[in-house]
Amino acid sequence: MTRKERRLLVLGASMTALGLATALVLLAFRDNLVFFYSPTELVEMQVPEGRRVRIGGLVEERSVERRGDTVVFRVTDTATTTPVTYIGILPDLFREGQGVVIEGALQQDGTFRAASVLAKHDESYMPREVADALKKQGYWQPGERK
Amino acid sequence: MIAELGHYALILALVVALVQGTLPLIGAQRRTPAWIAVARPAAILQAGLIGIAFLALTHAFVTSDFSVVNVAENSHSAKPMLYKISGVWGNHEGSMVLWVLILALYGLAVALFGRNLPPSLRARVLAVQALIAVGFLLFIILTSNPFERLSPAPLDGRGLNPLLQDPGLAFHPPMLYFGYVGFSMAFAFAIAALIEGRVDAAWARWVRPWTLAAWCFLTAGIALGSWWAYYELGWGGWWFWDPVENASFMPWLAGTALLHSAIVCEKRDTLKSWTILLAILTFSLSLLGTFLVRSGVLTSVHAFATDPERGVFILAFLVLVTGGALALFAVRAPGLAGGGLFAPISREGALVLNNLLLTVGCATVFLGTLYPLFLEIAGGGKVSVGGPYFNATFIPLMVPLVAFVPVGSMLPWKRGDLAGVLARLRFAGGVAGATALAVLALVEGTSLLAAGGVLLAAWLAAGVLTELAGRVQLLRVDAAESWRRLVRLPRASVGMSLAHLGVAVFVAGVTGSVAWHTEKVQTMRVGETVEVAGYQFTLDGVSEHRGPNYTATSGQFTVTRQGAPVTRLRPEKRIYPAENMPTTEAAIHSTAMRDLYAVLGDPAEDGAWTTRLYVNPLIAWIWFGCFMMVGGGLLSLSDRRHRVGAPVRQAVRAGVLGPAKA
Repeated sequence: MTRKERRLLVLGASMTALGLATALVLLAFRDNLVFFYSPTELVEMQVPEGRRVRIGGLVEERSVERRGDTVVFRVTDTATTTPVTYIGILPDLFREGQGVVIEGALQQDGTFRAASVLAKHDESYMPREVADALKKQGYWQPGERK
Repeated sequence: MIAELGHYALILALVVALVQGTLPLIGAQRRTPAWIAVARPAAILQAGLIGIAFLALTHAFVTSDFSVVNVAENSHSAKPMLYKISGVWGNHEGSMVLWVLILALYGLAVALFGRNLPPSLRARVLAVQALIAVGFLLFIILTSNPFERLSPAPLDGRGLNPLLQDPGLAFHPPMLYFGYVGFSMAFAFAIAALIEGRVDAAWARWVRPWTLAAWCFLTAGIALGSWWAYYELGWGGWWFWDPVENASFMPWLAGTALLHSAIVCEKRDTLKSWTILLAILTFSLSLLGTFLVRSGVLTSVHAFATDPERGVFILAFLVLVTGGALALFAVRAPGLAGGGLFAPISREGALVLNNLLLTVGCATVFLGTLYPLFLEIAGGGKVSVGGPYFNATFIPLMVPLVAFVPVGSMLPWKRGDLAGVLARLRFAGGVAGATALAVLALVEGTSLLAAGGVLLAAWLAAGVLTELAGRVQLLRVDAAESWRRLVRLPRASVGMSLAHLGVAVFVAGVTGSVAWHTEKVQTMRVGETVEVAGYQFTLDGVSEHRGPNYTATSGQFTVTRQGAPVTRLRPEKRIYPAENMPTTEAAIHSTAMRDLYAVLGDPAEDGAWTTRLYVNPLIAWIWFGCFMMVGGGLLSLSDRRHRVGAPVRQAVRAGVLGPAKA
């Protein structure tokens, strides 16, 4: 086998692998991209029920309620609030007034059913999406420490 | 006073690094021995100065000197000593000092142990290292001075994030950094070789041990981090495809590819430009990892103390280093002559396939990790790419890689016989098929996918053992003779087998913990029993107690199976008053075959408690597999062939460019 043939072979194998990977990536992106919305955008963009999305904002003060296994609370970007239901154990840093990111889907009754609730490991840290969503509502200034 | 001394030492180190980064480079180009000779003492001096700075910072933490801002913000007088020390690198500024310290230590190692390197190559390597150090020292001194003072000094500090107050995490960052920074050695060697215009087998032989050492540290660091996430976060999982996790995984993938291509480069004197390119990419990904973790541009649940403005500096540095290195590569690589020829079916061919799959896998992880950033910059909205994407792209690429390992490691160099190798692996294939069928038939709830995972793990393990058995002529000569042969095998090849077996154990662990894992979330009253996967968890009571710097609510569970007691579990919820932060301490009972995992949640109404209970089969195999990979790497590293012997460079060889035309 000459050097040229070997190069062609390696090139061919690389192209195959890259092509395969591209196909896998495109397929996976179609199904697995999760978009992020603030509660206001959730209403404005008319996100369809059942579509898996992330929302973020502050947990509204005095909105957390436990009903058996289920936790009910509201997430706000100060302009709009979304009611959320979640079954499971909330993260340690989940508190009223703190920023959270929630992944889940809108239900028919307009509540957001959470599959997972993310809060940070570090309480001085605001999830970036939440900070941006709040900034849009003119609420949060950078450099402010919670 | 000591803090100022540390600050001063850092600035001096910057000056020394500037000298070390320029004079030897010029000297090597102009062949001025006196300038070349500057590199070695400069590297030693630089390591000493950064060492002084690091000790000064450690001193401030140990003595709880709250007049230093960094200590006041990240330490507390009531903290146990271990966490006072680990607090040094538990924050941004300190972790950067640790970064340059490790960089300087690697430089020191080259200066001290690199006696068999040609002086000009050694000088260039140390100079490139010093230039990297200049970037990071500037970064520390200009944007993140760890020695800044605070006046008046507060009475007590704000404390270290309680999640970080854990023995597993105390050692996770140093391990990870020894890995990340270790790849700077391969990078420095690659740049030095490009400047010299000369890459040969001796060069590859010098690079391999450094790469292997870095790889061992990185593997251990990632495994430690994943273990920490498993027991400390209380989510029951061990890998979340979070950007911060991916940041450490990408250099690992590229580094693993580098490790394998360097073998081809050394043994067969071919794939040279590719190996150089991989060395550049691996270190660039390490820098990218540092950037992603430190800047917070990507939303990560593991983000600690991030600051976008500092990220810009690291990003600029990353562009400079990677861009500069790639430009140099573009100019110089075409001049590197190709080496020996090989047929597609050969050891070289198999290692090319390994590299192809690892780098493409790395590219899919890269794309998934950074896509949200690209899309947002392009104004396409905010997205997140989660676990399902990575499972759908990365795993299909890794399956053929793992499946091909036994075949590849049995193929001879230059030209191989695929049918012959497959025939020798008949028995391994039979064992793997039988194991998978047995699991499918005997274990309840086994999906075809799970059986596939078992098949893959068993095939790899049986294949590696077949290869090893072939080497020691097992059953063909008597057992004593086989044993003698095993003991006399080069450690590097035993290390390889051990590491590949580790991969098999890892794959089995992943399969088991994903396929048969059971999770239950519920509210329980005291005295209530819940059954999870055949185990009865009874909540006996909930009590309060006090630790050194926290108060805890702990639940007592008794676990029984078919009436026989198994264990008692005491998960806790802790409150750290200094930081005013709660943490969850999961209780885990671990055996080889399964983990029992209990988490105590919040109190629900009328005295009931939310609890989360898991049974995770085979999960300990994941970390044991990583442990075996590291063990294999270390064993291979201890092979004396890595240290003595070949590093004598042959005189100018045909087909290789002469020394740089200065």
